[in-house]
Amino acid sequence: MGLIQLGRHEKDGELDVITTTVEKAVNWARKGSLWPMTFGLACCAIEMIAAVSSRYDMDRYGAGVFRASPRQSDLMIVAGTVCRRMAPVIRKIYDQMPEPKFVIAMGSCATSGNIYDSYSVVQGVDRFVPVDIYVPGCPPTPEALFDGILKLQERIMQKRVFLKQPEQVKA
Amino acid sequence: MHPIAERIQREFPKAVVKVVEWRGDIAVTVTRDSLHDVARFLHDDPDMDFDYIVHVSSVDWPEDEQRFEVVYEVYSIRKRQRIRLKTRVSEADCLVDSLTDIWKGADFMEREVYDMMGIRFRNHPDLRRILMPDEYDEGYPLRKDFPLRGKGWRDTFEFLNETRP
Repeated sequence: MGLIQLGRHEKDGELDVITTTVEKAVNWARKGSLWPMTFGLACCAIEMIAAVSSRYDMDRYGAGVFRASPRQSDLMIVAGTVCRRMAPVIRKIYDQMPEPKFVIAMGSCATSGNIYDSYSVVQGVDRFVPVDIYVPGCPPTPEALFDGILKLQERIMQKRVFLKQPEQVKA
Repeated sequence: MHPIAERIQREFPKAVVKVVEWRGDIAVTVTRDSLHDVARFLHDDPDMDFDYIVHVSSVDWPEDEQRFEVVYEVYSIRKRQRIRLKTRVSEADCLVDSLTDIWKGADFMEREVYDMMGIRFRNHPDLRRILMPDEYDEGYPLRKDFPLRGKGWRDTFEFLNETRP
C-alpha cells in the first residue's frame, strides 16, 4: 500500500532511514489503533465476540480493545438487526463518538434488514448513520469481519488529514 | 374428559363453552364474563392449585364474529398440572377482565397483548404499550389486517432533525 517508504543510508546502504509523509504516518497510526465499541444487537454479536477472543484475536489488526463507551471509541460495529425503536439510540451513540469515526454494518440485517421486512425493523442502518464498510453474511464469520476491518484500514490510508477530503473518498 | 376439565364444568356449568383435549393438553374455553371467576377458582381451590402463570397470548381470527381470543396458560408447581384457559371477544367490545389480581405475573404479558392486539384489560394496574413506544399510533401490529411492513413508522427518523451540538 506504500504506507511507509524505506530509504537507504547514503554512505553504507543500510536500511536505517524511513521516509514518509506526515499524512501517511497519521493514517498509519490511526488504522493500527482502531477502538471498536461494543454494539451487539442480535446474533451477529456472538460472531463479533468470537472475533475478539483468543482463537481469532482481532487484536492482531490493532482493533481488539472494545470499549463500553462511545466517547472512548472511533469504530462502531453495528452487529445485528436494527429495530426502529433502537434507531435513536444508535444515532445518539454515533454522535457521541469523537472524530474521526467509522461505522461497519455487520451482517445482512444491519446492511439491509435481511428477511425482516416488517413493521419494526429498519431496512439497513445506513438510513440514519453513514456506513463505511458493509460486511455480508448471516451471520458473517469472524474472518469476514476481519476482511471488513482490513478494507476499512485500506480506506483509512486513503484519507486526507491536512487537506480537504476529495469527494470520492468521503464517508 | 380430563378430571380438571370435568371439575371446571361441574363448578361453572354455564361458563364453559368448549373443552379440547389433545395429547394430554387441556384447553378450556370459557365465556368472557366468567373468566375471572374461573381463574379465581383455578388459583384458590386446593385440588386445582394453579399458582404459576406461564403465558398470556392472543389470537386473531378475522373471519369470526368473536374475533379475538385471549389465551392464558397456567401451571401448578406443586401438583405438576397445566391448563390452557381461553376466552373470545368481539372487535367492537374487546375488553377482558385482567387477571393481575390473581396472578401478578400476568401484568407484562397482558400489556403485550394490549400492545400487539389492542385488547384492553379491565382493572389492569398499568395498561400501557410495552414493546412499541408509548407514542406509537399506527394501530396494533399483530392484527391480521395490519400491513406486514407497517404504515411508514420504520422509515421515519424524526430524531435526525433535532439540533445537535
